Amino acid sequence: MSRVARRIASVAGLGVACVAIAAAGVRAQGHNGLPPEGQGSDRKIIKNVGRPSVGKEEYIRYCVGCHGDHGDGVGENTQWIDPKPRDFTLAVFKCRSTPSGTLPTDQDLMNTIRRGIVHSNMPEWRPLPDQMIADILSYIKTFSPRWKAEQPGTPVEVPAETPVTTESILAGRAMFQKFECWKCHGPEGRGNGPSASGMTDSKDQPITPYDFTTSDRFKCGTSNADLYRIFMTGLDGTPMASFSDNIKGDAGWDLVHYLRTLQPMKTPEATIWKAWLATHAGELKPIGPDATGQ
Amino acid sequence: MRLTKGMCGAQWLTISALVVGASLGAATTAAATVTRHSDSTIVVQRAATDGNAARDAYRAYVASIQNNEPAAMASYATKRVKLIPAFARKYGLRCSACHTAWPELNSFGQQFRDNGYQLKNERDSPIYQNNSYIPITLRATPQFHAERATKQLVDATPGDGASGQAERTVSSHGFDLSGIDLWTAGTLWKNVSFVLLMSADNEGSFGFEAMHVRFDNLGNSSWLNLKVGKFELDNLISEKRFLFLSDNGGSYATYHFSAPGSSVDFGIGDNQIGAELSGHSLNSYTRYSAAVLTSTDGEPGGENFSSYDANLNVSQAFDGGKMGVERIAAYAYLGQRPTTYQTIDGEEVPGTGSNRKTFYRAGVAGDFFLHKLEFLPFYLHGNDNAYLASDTPPDSPLLPGARDASWNGGFLETHYYISPQLVLTQRVEAIRMSQQAFSDLPNKLGNVDAYSFGTRWYPFMYSRAGLAVHGEYSLVKTVSPAQTAEEGSTVNIWTSSLLFALDFDF
Repeated sequence: MSRVARRIASVAGLGVACVAIAAAGVRAQGHNGLPPEGQGSDRKIIKNVGRPSVGKEEYIRYCVGCHGDHGDGVGENTQWIDPKPRDFTLAVFKCRSTPSGTLPTDQDLMNTIRRGIVHSNMPEWRPLPDQMIADILSYIKTFSPRWKAEQPGTPVEVPAETPVTTESILAGRAMFQKFECWKCHGPEGRGNGPSASGMTDSKDQPITPYDFTTSDRFKCGTSNADLYRIFMTGLDGTPMASFSDNIKGDAGWDLVHYLRTLQPMKTPEATIWKAWLATHAGELKPIGPDATGQ
Repeated sequence: MRLTKGMCGAQWLTISALVVGASLGAATTAAATVTRHSDSTIVVQRAATDGNAARDAYRAYVASIQNNEPAAMASYATKRVKLIPAFARKYGLRCSACHTAWPELNSFGQQFRDNGYQLKNERDSPIYQNNSYIPITLRATPQFHAERATKQLVDATPGDGASGQAERTVSSHGFDLSGIDLWTAGTLWKNVSFVLLMSADNEGSFGFEAMHVRFDNLGNSSWLNLKVGKFELDNLISEKRFLFLSDNGGSYATYHFSAPGSSVDFGIGDNQIGAELSGHSLNSYTRYSAAVLTSTDGEPGGENFSSYDANLNVSQAFDGGKMGVERIAAYAYLGQRPTTYQTIDGEEVPGTGSNRKTFYRAGVAGDFFLHKLEFLPFYLHGNDNAYLASDTPPDSPLLPGARDASWNGGFLETHYYISPQLVLTQRVEAIRMSQQAFSDLPNKLGNVDAYSFGTRWYPFMYSRAGLAVHGEYSLVKTVSPAQTAEEGSTVNIWTSSLLFALDFDF
């Protein structure tokens, strides 16, 4: 084999090796996204037993700047951060798969750490190994006695999603009006409803309603199921209450489908809605205090 | 004379040792005038084309030492960059969130960098920042250092140039300054990021170490990002972010090595100018980058303008459970350099080169954690085409006897993180020539062995600024031509650095 041929073969071989590594990696990676909330995915966290002593070191490395040495949400950066960091001493968490007022599952907490919280300083800690997050969680739990006295709630059931139709979206729009979602989130979902100003969380810290028009993510997830779950669990510690007593079964999907049309991306809901609006926009009544939402 | 990046780096910590004279009265008509530089690279200055060229190469190499060239001090010191508390200030994260021990990135820092210096919290655009926020960072390192080099030729009687030469150990020490890095980096808009890094040596002479704009998440996909400008190659083990600062240990020898006599002015540790397409999974466990680069080794303009190199990097990380995040990588750099030029009055016209000859660097790297213990293995195979390896003059036929030069190099670096604020480091490194450009060059000529160890202590760590108390010792052995012995023999030159520094960043 000539020298040039050997060189070409060497470089080609390395290229093949590169591709093989990448292919193996993609296959081995499993999920880049997040596992679904709830019972099935709890196996992951069960597999990783948290070690509080190790978790403390990682907490100091990654978390303490915002959440503070004592987990009370008073870190060195808290004064500059809006919204304020979570106070772990209260063990009240926004993002749960469990009913309002109950503790979240470990998987809920792990998902929050991995996905971060949009429109806040909580980043996506996706690269952290599962074991490291389990260790951090075990340390976070030492900040509140609730974790010793209570068990996490039972995850709420999320029924199979109904088809996305114009009727479903219209029904969701009516619910947006009926349950006065617009008072906080605004008639167009911009987070600028009449009740938005002066809103505070359970620690009397200023808080802003979610603006659906600025992101493809929600505070607690990205999928339709995540949004459905938010209606049912509420975001504890915020004015966003649970609607599990008011919204039953498939009705929740109607609201999900409508809210998806407000987001700044191309979704099946937005496509259907846009097509319908092209010929029926004049039939809609405005959302607000004097309207019915239809 | 070609100036390597290692030489540039040496400006940061200048060692004053000199080589004066040589006992051999070798023929100045030698075919290839080979020079040993202060960074241990060996460069052919100019070659004649007579038939004795190859045979005379070694003799010429030795003869060149007569010319008061700097000693083989193995000064690979590089610019130290890549800690950006401007980001910490923007996002309210401590240094330790993104760095194992700054400036080295951890897996989260890698993800942040891959995202275009964005947390992706919908607040990355500057419009969400306080108007008074300007993402500027300064880094400098006042220090005390001592340097030592063995077998340096000096006047037998100091001050008497006619007294002949003698081999002696040369040493120096004292308080000193580093250069300074002036950084600005961040986002121009959501998914449009930038870097501008101006670095000065310790005399205040500035240069552009990095300058690029990056379009992130093209098509809303993390797999497509386009960067244009001057940037660091996507090396898994970044020399710009590592934990060594001394003159001998402050860069990877493997990243800047040139085969004895080669004209290739390239180091994979040098920032390059070009365009890079890169991508990554959402957690940055799977990463790739492919770059097209102007063949100027990062120097704007230059005689090799109009020629292009290519670089490919692929890496994959794995969740190592209690051990941490484990990562492996493969890379390849394929470069070319022209060997003929258009001329005006016999002078080469920059940018008109043709008849290009190739060289390549390829290998694998890793980043493995055993909880608090981190291993960074690296392997490189290098090859220069015979034309380049022998530094055959432009527009000339290949020197008789010239052949490809090739070598293998690598290192194993280890960090032990006692805490996020205290790390112990060590590195062992070796380079072995496997084929010289001329068969009559000694096989081991140019070989390098290096060892470094040190510690960095961060007395405080928060999200506004950083200070590291740095201690380091580095020792390098370079196989060089014997300066007073018989032709064809070699000598081991030992160089060492001792450094105590205050490395601060604001």
